[in-house]
Amino acid sequence: MCAAAIAGCTSSGQGTSEADDAYTWWDPYPQHDDSSDWARRVAACGEEAGVTIERTAFDTTALTNQALLAAQEGTAPDVILLDNPAVSTLADTGMLTTMEEFGLDTSEIDDNLLAAGVVDGQAYGVPIGANTLALYYNEEILDEAGVDPDSVTDWASLTDALERVAETGHQGITFAGIGTEEGSFQFLPWFWGAGADLGDLDSPEAVEALELWKGWLDAGYAPNSVITNSQNTVWEQFLTGGFAFAENGTWQVNSAAEADFPVGVIPLPGRDGGVAPTPTGGEFIVAPVQADDTRYEATTRIVECMTTPEGLVETATTFAYYVPPTTAGQEAFLAENEDLQPWVEAVRNAKGRTSDGLGTDYPLISEALWSAVQNTLSGAMDAEEALDRAQAEAESATG
Amino acid sequence: MRRRTASGPRWTAFAFIAPLAAYLVLFYAYPLYRNIDLSLHDYTPRAFVQGDAAFVGTANFADVLSSDAFGTALWNTAVFTLVSIAAQYAIGLALAVFFRDNFPLSPLLRAMFLVPWLLPMIVSASTWSWMLNSDNGIVNSVLGAFGAGQVNWLTSPETALTSVIIANIWLGIPFNLVILYSGLQNIPKDLYEAAELDGAGPWQRFRHITMPLLRPVSVITLLLGLVYTLKVVDVIWIMTLGGPGNTSTTLAIWSYRRAFGTGQPDFSQAAAVGNLLILMALVFGFVHLYLRRREEWS
Repeated sequence: MCAAAIAGCTSSGQGTSEADDAYTWWDPYPQHDDSSDWARRVAACGEEAGVTIERTAFDTTALTNQALLAAQEGTAPDVILLDNPAVSTLADTGMLTTMEEFGLDTSEIDDNLLAAGVVDGQAYGVPIGANTLALYYNEEILDEAGVDPDSVTDWASLTDALERVAETGHQGITFAGIGTEEGSFQFLPWFWGAGADLGDLDSPEAVEALELWKGWLDAGYAPNSVITNSQNTVWEQFLTGGFAFAENGTWQVNSAAEADFPVGVIPLPGRDGGVAPTPTGGEFIVAPVQADDTRYEATTRIVECMTTPEGLVETATTFAYYVPPTTAGQEAFLAENEDLQPWVEAVRNAKGRTSDGLGTDYPLISEALWSAVQNTLSGAMDAEEALDRAQAEAESATG
Repeated sequence: MRRRTASGPRWTAFAFIAPLAAYLVLFYAYPLYRNIDLSLHDYTPRAFVQGDAAFVGTANFADVLSSDAFGTALWNTAVFTLVSIAAQYAIGLALAVFFRDNFPLSPLLRAMFLVPWLLPMIVSASTWSWMLNSDNGIVNSVLGAFGAGQVNWLTSPETALTSVIIANIWLGIPFNLVILYSGLQNIPKDLYEAAELDGAGPWQRFRHITMPLLRPVSVITLLLGLVYTLKVVDVIWIMTLGGPGNTSTTLAIWSYRRAFGTGQPDFSQAAAVGNLLILMALVFGFVHLYLRRREEWS
């Protein structure tokens, strides 16, 4: 036990003799332990590349900080699976290699998904899969309220449906308005769906989107707890069977199938109809710069193993909620899981949070945005005042 | 021979001090130095990795002090700290006096008051936030049974700070109870008996015996409570994340959020806020030293 721990320590350091065939791998999936399918898949990719992979799982936010710290100490791992908005932040520090240096072809990857990892025209990673948001609904409640889910195509018809649900005594909708990145992630489909732009947080469109949420809260269509809801809490609330709608992601597909009531999915509507652009979620596989560049060869093989069409489909099925980022991968994935078509559709229409040239400015803008959401929903300010302030904050933070 | 005896003990003395000195330097002096160093440079994530942060002098402090959030955070810190320790002390003292006279079951009851201390913070803070949930919390359902409307404990700007203060008071009572209780044990019983013979009532005995004799213990309890409460992050972070808006953001929460709460860590500003907190705690430490010295003189 002790010896293993010591061996673990030295191999994560730089270039000791045992370290040569042990490659370090960090990912944000602590829920998948060493005996999980995921861990076995990672290990298999290592074997294929002729090396052993030592995998460490971190919590998503902790992972970025750990990576920065490790890069500063010169002990960065060989491979990191990184939440996509963090890629540009880490790339900007100079700690990541470009995919071109690795000789990896990224042309097959859907542009909207790759965008989050592109800084100054260079891709610093490859998405291993993508997920996004949609609107889950409880069929029983909608039947009772006489709402046809297909009739929910814009904001007006959604609010109308919520009103009819409220008349039957059920709760309308739940979403995550928490004061973290999750809050921004959940608000963005409404923000973008109104036609607002992250460079201009106080536009009339943005105000309209925030007023939509606030209006639901005031009318009692959404519970007050959305202000502190994380996406997990939203899902737990929905599973109680008390809510007609819940905004949530691809990762709940399996759980939805096991719910005590029939669950359906519709795309998040834009203000005037059509599908609202949703933010892409999901991880990129990135390779930090190593002092010993002979290590790149095996790292390339590991990355390739994870990103071949078959590899992407395998990742997608291992996680059950990851849509492959390439057309070939998506087709192969759909062949196996036909009913996930709406999600593949949603991912194709999704938009990277750090896209539009925002890059490392996005986290700063996002913080201003979720603060505005919090201020408005809690009643501290009205939507216009909160967003004015958010825009001023974002401007001063991004310089 | 003589020389060896002269220098021998001195080197031995150094050797004995060395582990402690090394420990102090490694775990106290260096982190403190690093924190000051961070706050005087502009550490963006890029500069953090490259190690080439520009020296900006007091610019980070100027940014912090001129920020909109500073006034709010300072006020919240003052309210949070003062109300918390005042209530913790008052309730802790009342309970300590109550448990002073042994009665059946008193050890058991006293032990139960220690529960908040024994629970991991994540458990108690999460439990508080469930209890105070606007829609499904037990507190609102009890209030509702008496006909009160829904109170948005954690999600309304008016009550968020109050809610975290209540939770923090509950967490701090055991500490005050234990220290004050042991302080009470050191007050000789015969003083109370003598006072009782002289016709002093319970209030007079408390006012003229307990309070003055408990003063040294009270001062140290309050001071430790103050320093501890100034830097509380976990309860607030778990319950409200300092929100909604900045309504329950204290300086400690602000510092934590700048460093770890967003996708773009700003270690320099976080360190600047941290240093301000250290300064505040230091001021109160000196006040304590001064008070103690004055007591020794008199």
